[in-house]
Amino acid sequence: MIPTISTIQFDQNQNLKHFLTINGLSHEILTSILDTAESFINFGEREIKKIPLLRGKTVVNLFFEPSTRTRTTFEIAAKRLSADVINLNATRMSTTKGESILDTVRTLEAMHTDMIIVRDSASGVAHLIASNLPEHVVVINAGDGRHAHPTQAMLDMLTIRQEKPDFTALKVAIVGDILHSRVARSQIHALNILGAAEIRVIAPRTLIPTKIEAMGVTVFTDLIGGLEDVDVIIVLRIQRERMDGQLIPSEQEYYNRYGLTQAKLKIAKPDAIVMHPGPINRGLEISSSVADGSQSVILNQVTNGIAVRMSIMARLMGGQEERT
Amino acid sequence: MTTLIKNAHLVDPANQTATQIGELCNIYIVGGRISAISRSLASINPAKTKIKKEIDAQGCYVLPGIIDLCARLREPGQEHTSNIKSETRAAVSGGITRMICPPDTFPVIDTPAMAHMIQDRANEAGYAKVHPLGALTLGLKGERLTDMAMLIDARCVGLSNALQSVENTLVMRRAMQYASTYGITVFLTPRDPWLQGNGVVHEGTISTMLGLPAIPEAAETVGVARDLALIETAGVTAHFDLISCRRSVFKINEAQKRNVPVTASVAIHHLLCTENDIGAFDTRYKVMPPFRTQKDRDGLINAVNGGQIAAICSDHQPHGADAKLAPFSEAAVGIAGLDTLLSLTYGLVKNGKINLHTAISALTINPAKIAGIAAGSLGIGDQADLCLFDPEEQWTLCDTNMKSNGRNSPFMNTPLQGKVKMTLIAGKTVYTEPFQK
Repeated sequence: MIPTISTIQFDQNQNLKHFLTINGLSHEILTSILDTAESFINFGEREIKKIPLLRGKTVVNLFFEPSTRTRTTFEIAAKRLSADVINLNATRMSTTKGESILDTVRTLEAMHTDMIIVRDSASGVAHLIASNLPEHVVVINAGDGRHAHPTQAMLDMLTIRQEKPDFTALKVAIVGDILHSRVARSQIHALNILGAAEIRVIAPRTLIPTKIEAMGVTVFTDLIGGLEDVDVIIVLRIQRERMDGQLIPSEQEYYNRYGLTQAKLKIAKPDAIVMHPGPINRGLEISSSVADGSQSVILNQVTNGIAVRMSIMARLMGGQEERT
Repeated sequence: MTTLIKNAHLVDPANQTATQIGELCNIYIVGGRISAISRSLASINPAKTKIKKEIDAQGCYVLPGIIDLCARLREPGQEHTSNIKSETRAAVSGGITRMICPPDTFPVIDTPAMAHMIQDRANEAGYAKVHPLGALTLGLKGERLTDMAMLIDARCVGLSNALQSVENTLVMRRAMQYASTYGITVFLTPRDPWLQGNGVVHEGTISTMLGLPAIPEAAETVGVARDLALIETAGVTAHFDLISCRRSVFKINEAQKRNVPVTASVAIHHLLCTENDIGAFDTRYKVMPPFRTQKDRDGLINAVNGGQIAAICSDHQPHGADAKLAPFSEAAVGIAGLDTLLSLTYGLVKNGKINLHTAISALTINPAKIAGIAAGSLGIGDQADLCLFDPEEQWTLCDTNMKSNGRNSPFMNTPLQGKVKMTLIAGKTVYTEPFQK
C-alpha cells in the first residue's frame, strides 16, 4: 500500500508511532489524547511536578525556525515526564553546501535519541524525517511550513472542549491568514474529526488558499457575516513580514475589515470564546480589549499546551514500551 | 553488406496509414540505409547483395528510432550525476536514437564551440546522436541575443531559453524576429515568472492540503498567450515544450487553426500523473511544470490524439539518489525518463488511450519534423535508425536494471508494457538485450 500523509504515523500494529498530522486520525485517538491531557492539567500546581513516564528517555527539540512558546512548552512537558531534554536551535541552509536535514537527524539518531520534536519552515519536513529514520525514533511535528501544527490544534481542541464540551453543536470561525497557516489546516482537520457543526474561514481572497472548501469549510470574505451565530472565534496571527502590500493593502485596511474588536465580537453568540495561537499583534488582527477581555481564553491555550504535549508524548512513548 | 531484419512487424507512421501499421515484412539494410522492404516475405532478396547479417524480429515491432525532443545529459557541468556517454547509451537501450538537448548546461550552450563539443562527445561515445539547442539569449539571462546564425552553423537544431523565462517582452520579440530571419525554430517553455514565483506544485487541492507554495495554471497560460502574440507577428516558427494544462492547448489550437507556425509537445509523465500522485510529499513526483489535475491530464491526451500536441518527449532530468531526499520545496526537479519513454507511451496504447499510429508518430516522425532533422522514418533510402520492440513483454524498472545514471523515477517497481530488444543506428547494432554495463 502506498503510504498516505496519515498512515506514515502508524506502526504495523496500527499504533500511533509519530505525531505528524491530524489528518486521518480517528475520533477515538483525538478524544483519548484530550482525556489524558485533562488528567495532566492540574499537574503544574503540584509540589513535585514530575512523573516518571519518560524517565531515561532522551528528547531533542530540533527547531530550525525560531519559537518561544511551542519550544518551551514542549521542553516543560518532556521534563515533567522526567525525560532528558536537549534544545537545538539549529539553522539550516537550503543549499547543497549545508549539512542535509537527514544527516542532522541521523546524527541525533546515532546518539540514541528516542524522540525528535521538529519544527521547520518547509512543509513536509516532519514526514521526511519520520520516513527516513529507524522505527524506534519517535517524531513529533512542532510545525512544518504551511502544512501542519498538530499539537497546537490539539491544545486548541482541549481549550474549546473545556468551555464547550459538545463539538457537534459548535460553529467555529477561523479568521485571518489561512493561506500561510499550518495552525488553521490542523485545526480544520481536528474540528472535522471531532464533528464540529460548521467550520468557517474568514479572510480576503488573497489569504484564502484555492479549493480550501475541499477540506470541509465554508469560505466567508466578510467578518461581519462570518461571525454571525458562531460559538468559537479563532484569530490567526498576521505575519507582518509577509504583508508586502500585495496580500493585504495595509495594516489599517486589514484591521478595518478583519480586526476583531468588541463591536464585532458582539455579532457572535454572547457566550462565544476568542482564541489566538500567539504571538498576538494587538491592533492588527485583534484589539487589546478583546484579547484581554472576559471572552478570551488565550492564556488557557498556553497552559493547555503543556498538558496536551505531555499527553501526546506519553502516548507515543507508552506505545513503544508495549512493543518492546 | 546487407543486413536482413526478417519477420518484422513494421510500425512506420511516416510511410504507413493507420491500417498498414504493424504489417509483417522483411527489411533490407545496405550501407546503413533501408534498401528494400519486402511485404511478401518471399525468400527473394530484393537488395540483390549477399546477406551478411540476419536479425529475426519474430514477435517484435520494428520502429524508427525515437527522437526525444527534450533530454538533459548533465554534461558539461554536472558529470557527477551523469554524462553524455552514460545517457546516450541509456537512450539507445530505450529505443531512442536521437536526443535534442536544451542549452542549460554549465557553461550554457551559447557559443558554437559548446555546440560542437557536445556533438563531438556524443559521436565519440557512438550511441544516440545528440542535437543541441542553442541558447536564445546569452547565458540564458534574457538580456542579449546569442550569435544565432553561427549556432545554427554549428548544427544546433533550434534555439531555446530552457526553463528560464525571457522576462523582457521586447527582448523576446527581437529574439524571435532575429531567429525568423534565418528560419530558425525557437523552442519555448512558456511561463510567467511572477506567477510561477517560488511555487513547487500545481495550485489546487494538493497545494492547499500540504501547504506547499503553488504555481497557478495561469503561470503557463499567460506565458502561452504572450508568446503566441509575439510568434504570430514575428513570423517565427516556434515550438512549445512541456505543455502541462489543457487551457494552454485551447490557445495553441486556436493559433494553429489560423496557421500560426506553432507546434507543441508534452512530457510522457504529464500524460500519466496528476497532482494527487504527490500523496505524502513524494518528491519523485516533483516536476516542472508541475503535475496538474486529472482534467488537464485527460485534456493533454486528447490533444495528442487531436494533433494539437504533436510530440511526446522524456523530459529526461537525471539526478543521483540523494537529490530527492529533501523537503519537497528543496528537492531536485524532474524525472529520469530515457529508460521508460517508449514503454510508458506504449502503455497508453495498450490501455486504449492513444492509437499506435499516433503514439509512434509522436515519438518519431513528428519530433523529427519539429527539429528539422532527416530521421524518424523508415522509407527506402532512409538511414536505418530503428529499434525492435516486443510489445508483449512486461518488465519492471528497478535500481539494478536502470540504464540512466539517474535514479529518480516514480515508475520504478511498477509494471511496464513492452520492451526494446535491439537498437540500430545507421544499420549498426548499438544495443542488444541484455544490456552490458
